[in-house]
Amino acid sequence: MMKNREYQQIDPQALATPTPTPPPRPLPEHDLKPKRARRKWEVFPGKNRFYCDGRIIVARQSGVLPLTLGLILLTSGLFFVFDCPFLVKHLTSCIPAIGGVLFVFVVISLFQTSFTDPGILPRATPEEAADIEKQIDNPTGSSSSYRPPPRTKEVIINQQVVKLKYCFTCKIFRPPRTSHCSLCDNCVERFDHHCPWVGNCVGKRNYRFFYTFVVSLSFLTAFIFGCVTTHLALRSQGGNGLVFALQASPASALELVVCFFSVWSILGLSGFHTYLVAANLTTNEDIKGSWSGKSGNEDVGNPYSYNSMIKNCCSVLCGPMPPSLIDRRGFVPSDDSVQTSPVEVKLPAAKNDINMCTHGTKGLLETASRSPLLTSSCPQAKPQAAPAVLEPLPEVTPSPALEPAKTTAGRQSTSTPHKHHSHHRSKGKQASHHTHKTSNSSPRPHHSHSSRRKDSKNRDPKFSSLR
Amino acid sequence: MAETHSLQDLRQAAVASKVFVQRDYASGTICKFQTKFPAELESRIDKQQFEETMQTLNNLYAEAEKLGGRSYLEGCLACLTAYTIFLCMETHYEKVLKKIAKYIQEQNEKIFAPLGLLLTDPIERGLRVVEITIFEDRSIGSR
Repeated sequence: MMKNREYQQIDPQALATPTPTPPPRPLPEHDLKPKRARRKWEVFPGKNRFYCDGRIIVARQSGVLPLTLGLILLTSGLFFVFDCPFLVKHLTSCIPAIGGVLFVFVVISLFQTSFTDPGILPRATPEEAADIEKQIDNPTGSSSSYRPPPRTKEVIINQQVVKLKYCFTCKIFRPPRTSHCSLCDNCVERFDHHCPWVGNCVGKRNYRFFYTFVVSLSFLTAFIFGCVTTHLALRSQGGNGLVFALQASPASALELVVCFFSVWSILGLSGFHTYLVAANLTTNEDIKGSWSGKSGNEDVGNPYSYNSMIKNCCSVLCGPMPPSLIDRRGFVPSDDSVQTSPVEVKLPAAKNDINMCTHGTKGLLETASRSPLLTSSCPQAKPQAAPAVLEPLPEVTPSPALEPAKTTAGRQSTSTPHKHHSHHRSKGKQASHHTHKTSNSSPRPHHSHSSRRKDSKNRDPKFSSLR
Repeated sequence: MAETHSLQDLRQAAVASKVFVQRDYASGTICKFQTKFPAELESRIDKQQFEETMQTLNNLYAEAEKLGGRSYLEGCLACLTAYTIFLCMETHYEKVLKKIAKYIQEQNEKIFAPLGLLLTDPIERGLRVVEITIFEDRSIGSR
C-alpha cells in the first residue's frame, strides 16, 4: 500500500519527464513491421491446401487424383495416337472429333471437381459459438416430448422431422444435409461423399461438376472401348486373326484392358448418380438410409424432393450456383485501429497503478502476442508454443477474433492426423478392392466411394471393414 | 466493408453485446432467417422495423436461389460450355448478393447506426447468422 502511494506521488512528474522510449516503442515497431495484409486462405482452419493465392482449393491429401488424371491422359493419348489414324482412314474423321470433345469435357470437369470449394461452411466466430452454447445450456431450447440427446435440434421440414446435429469442431448446428468431413476437417453443405479419385469432397457447389465428370467419363470410356474394338476387328479381318491385330497395335491392347475394367464401374456409378439426382438424394443419405425407412421409421420420405424427376434434376444440375462461403481471397480484418487504441490507453494507466517491472513484462506480452499472428505463415504448422502466450491476452487486446479460433483449431487438428492417415490408407486399398467387386456383381456400385463423417456410428455392416 | 463516417463512429464505441439471428430451416435448405424479434433489441429498435428488414432480406435471398427460367438457362448454358463460363461471368446469385450488401449498408446508415446498432452482412458469417452488434448507449452523431 505504501509503495503504491509512493508511486502515485511520483506519477505527475513521471508523466511530465520525457521517458519517451517505453510508450512509443510498441507503436514504431508496429509501424515498421511490414503490414502485409493476409488473405483468409492463409489462416483457414480446415485441412485444405490452396494454390494460386487462394484461387484453387484441394483437400489435404490429393488421394489418387494423379492416378485418375494419369490414366485418363494415358488412355486418351494412346487412343489419339495409335487408333485414330487407322479409324480416320477406314471409317470417318468424326471419331477423333467426338473423342476430342469428350476428352475436353472430362478433363475440365475433373479439374473443376477437384479444385472447387465443395460448399465448405466457415467455422463459427467465438461470439457465435458462445451464443449457441448459451442456448444449449438453456433447457427451454430443447424440444418437446421425448428428451433428445443434448446437442441436437429438431426442425420440421415439409412435414418431416429432421434432426440437426451440433458440430464440435466447427461449433455450429449443422444445417440440414450438411456433414463434417473428417479428412478435410470441414463441414460441407449437401455433403455427398469424399471422393479419393478426385481428391476432394463432393458437396453442394461441385456436385454438378462431379456428375458431368462421371457421365462424360463413362461416355469417353465406352467410346474408346468401342473404337478400339472396331479397330482391332477391322485389323483382324482378311484372315489375319486377332493375334496379328494385337501385335500390329499393342497400344490398343492396353487401352482395351483399362477401358474394360473401368467402363463397368464408371457406367454403374453414373447410373447410380443419375438415380440420386432424379430423387434429389445424396450418397450419404442413401447409404445411411435416412429417407428410405431402413432405420425403422415408417412414414419417411425425402423432404427435399420436389416429387418430380425433372424438377429434381433441374434443381440439382441447373440450379443457381451458390457462392463460396469461405471467401478465400478476402483479406483478414486486421483491426489495427482497435488494437492500437487500447494500448495507448493502457500504458499511462499501467504506469499509474503498477511498478515498472510488471509494466515491462506486460509490454513484452503485448509485443509477443502480435508476433505469432504476423510471422506464422503456414496455417497447418500448429503453433504449439503460441497458445501459451495467447491465453492470458484476450483481456488485453479486445477483438482478436482469429486468435482463439486458431488455437482451438490447432489443438483439435493435432488429435486427428494419425487417424486421418490410417483412414486414407485403408480407403486406398478398399477402393481398389471395390472396383474389382463391382465389376462382377452389384448394379449399384456406390461402394467405391466412402462417405466420411466425423461423429457418426456407422450402422451399415457393409462398411465395418473400413474401420 | 465500406465505412461511412457514422459507421466509423460506431467502431470507436464499445461493443455492449451481439445478437445472433439464426437460420430458419422450416422451408428446407434455402437461405432464410428467422424473423422472430430478439428480446435484447426490445429497448433499441421498433419490432415492426426489424421484422420488415428481415423479411426484405429473406425475399432477396429467395430471389437469388429461385428456380426459374433464368437460372435454368444459366445452368444449361454453363453445362454446355463445361462450366467454363463461371470463370468469366458473374452468376445471378453473386449479383443478388451485391444487391443485398448494398441494402444492408443502406439500412445500417439510415436506421441501425443512429440507434447504436450494426447489422453484419450474413455472407461474412457464411450465411449462418445475421449478427447484430449492440453498441453502448452513447449519443452518436449520425450524418
